[in-house]
Amino acid sequence: MHRFLQSDFFYSFRNAPVAVASFFVFAVIILAAVFANFIAPNNPFDPASLNLMNGFTPPLQSNEFTGDVFLLGADDQGRDLFSTILYGLRISLFVGIMAVMLAMVMGVVLGLIAGYLGGWLDTFIMRFADIQMTFPSILVAMLIYGVAKGVLPPDLRYEMSIAVLIISIGLSEWVPFARTVRGSTLVEKEKEYITAAKMIGLRKSQIMSRHILPNVLGPVLVIATITFALAIIAEATLSFLGVGVPTTKPSLGTLIRIGQDFLFSGEWWILLFPALTLLALALSINLFGDWLRDTLNPKLK
Amino acid sequence: MLIIVLRRLLQAVMVLLFVALISFLIFRYVGNPVESLLGQEATVAQRAALEEALGLKDPIYEQYANFVLRALQFDFGNSYRGALPVAELIALRLPATLELAMTSAIFAVIFGVITGIYTAINRGGFIANLILSTSLVGVSLPTFLIGVLLIWVFSVELNWLPSFGRGEVVELGWWTTGFLTASGVKSLILPSITLGLYQMTLIMRLTRAEMLEVLRQDYIRLAVALGQSKRQVYFFHALPNILIPVITITGLQLGSVIAFAIITETVFQWPGVGLLFINAVYFVDIPVMSAYLLLVGFAFVVINLVVDLLYLLIDPRLRDGQLKRGAD
Repeated sequence: MHRFLQSDFFYSFRNAPVAVASFFVFAVIILAAVFANFIAPNNPFDPASLNLMNGFTPPLQSNEFTGDVFLLGADDQGRDLFSTILYGLRISLFVGIMAVMLAMVMGVVLGLIAGYLGGWLDTFIMRFADIQMTFPSILVAMLIYGVAKGVLPPDLRYEMSIAVLIISIGLSEWVPFARTVRGSTLVEKEKEYITAAKMIGLRKSQIMSRHILPNVLGPVLVIATITFALAIIAEATLSFLGVGVPTTKPSLGTLIRIGQDFLFSGEWWILLFPALTLLALALSINLFGDWLRDTLNPKLK
Repeated sequence: MLIIVLRRLLQAVMVLLFVALISFLIFRYVGNPVESLLGQEATVAQRAALEEALGLKDPIYEQYANFVLRALQFDFGNSYRGALPVAELIALRLPATLELAMTSAIFAVIFGVITGIYTAINRGGFIANLILSTSLVGVSLPTFLIGVLLIWVFSVELNWLPSFGRGEVVELGWWTTGFLTASGVKSLILPSITLGLYQMTLIMRLTRAEMLEVLRQDYIRLAVALGQSKRQVYFFHALPNILIPVITITGLQLGSVIAFAIITETVFQWPGVGLLFINAVYFVDIPVMSAYLLLVGFAFVVINLVVDLLYLLIDPRLRDGQLKRGAD
């Protein structure tokens, strides 16, 4: 810990107000989501705690029938919006993190294989990546989602929808990881320590996982941060379009979709607060990712 | 020159065949063509007869070849819902999407280039900085949120512009256009801004970066030293040299515009191909999904091809360089 506090990395972090602020916002959001069941005034998924009479209560005003007051107002079903957002954040963050993990593992493994083994495998993987990259990832995710729904039997579609969503987004974002890792692998494998490792007779899989992998992971971290923001936006977009998480487990995108329906009748808070949360989340990750990229990039130092 | 063009064409065809392969696999194995045509009550004999008739028992490469041949004749099978031919559904909705994509691309290029040049020339100025920081927030906003917020401000609060649909359209043969009626033009405004905003910020940043780069060059200093007016320097010496990257990005972005039209069309209930696709995903309407993939794949490949060929046309250096490489 002491070493970390003395490091260049922490020094440049302290001296970048944007990085500190965005990291702070991000940390608050993460903590709020993790401890949602302690912070949230009520559980939006527990029908017993809901009162339909509370529907459409504006923020910080007491309801005319029940007298209940909600910090950010209540939605159409009388759910406290603040609690719903906290629980929605959980789902958004969970899908985002899992999707990035999937994309990262897949991209790093394929990138290592393509870079180290080369040959037709390299050509095949990278050609496939090129073609996938011509399509925007959100379109790829939608297609995978649709295909997965078609393959699954109808009674499983509903239960599996979060898993399907994670796989769709994960598979649509692996290319940048693979390209970067392949690039660094091509550089690393020419170095002397790899020749030495070959000389003492290590297996290819050992060289790839023990020797090359640790040395190509630096840029992966930066890509993971940026991809995380993309994944969260992708999840929100798909849920907003109605092809994401089920409405019984609303994520931020679902909440915005619900909110849009009530714009015309003047219940603006149902839309505004989930939208602001999503914006704060995406913006803080993006700004932090930008700073991380600039700091970890040795060329800019 | 001819060799480069031919090689590029061959590459495009290969990519298209690959996209067609994926589209075919989805069509053949995810969906069930027999069930979609006969319904679930059909007898085993009926099924077998139809399988024979559709060629589902042929070797797989023959089926794939047939799929490609039929696709070339715009035969994508029937939609599971309503049993209409997919090609007909798409043709009905294509004009709406193309008009939307074109309008937003033009909006993005015009405003992107203007603000890009402005922020480069007035570097550090108050308005320039304001535009730049607003664009940063704009990039982080998801497309659907931009649409919803525009609807909130301009449809709900101000009540200036319609929030959904195309308004009145005029039929010109098989094409329907919203350009000729007042309500059609009004309906086009919010969706095209939503769709074009992201592209606009991209073009703006690129134009700005390129402009700053070009303005540092010696020939610009020479032009200034020769006493040419600022306008002449900016528009006759600097602008032509930043056009190549701007054209490339705009062209390449045209594909994303078509894809992101799915989101915009859903927000504004715009009756285009994107809305058709998202409904297909929702109801697992496999033939529509597979046809849409082919259509978008075709659009992307053609756009990339055209951009590459334009590159050759615009930049003589590239032409010469590639010629030398092609010769040896």
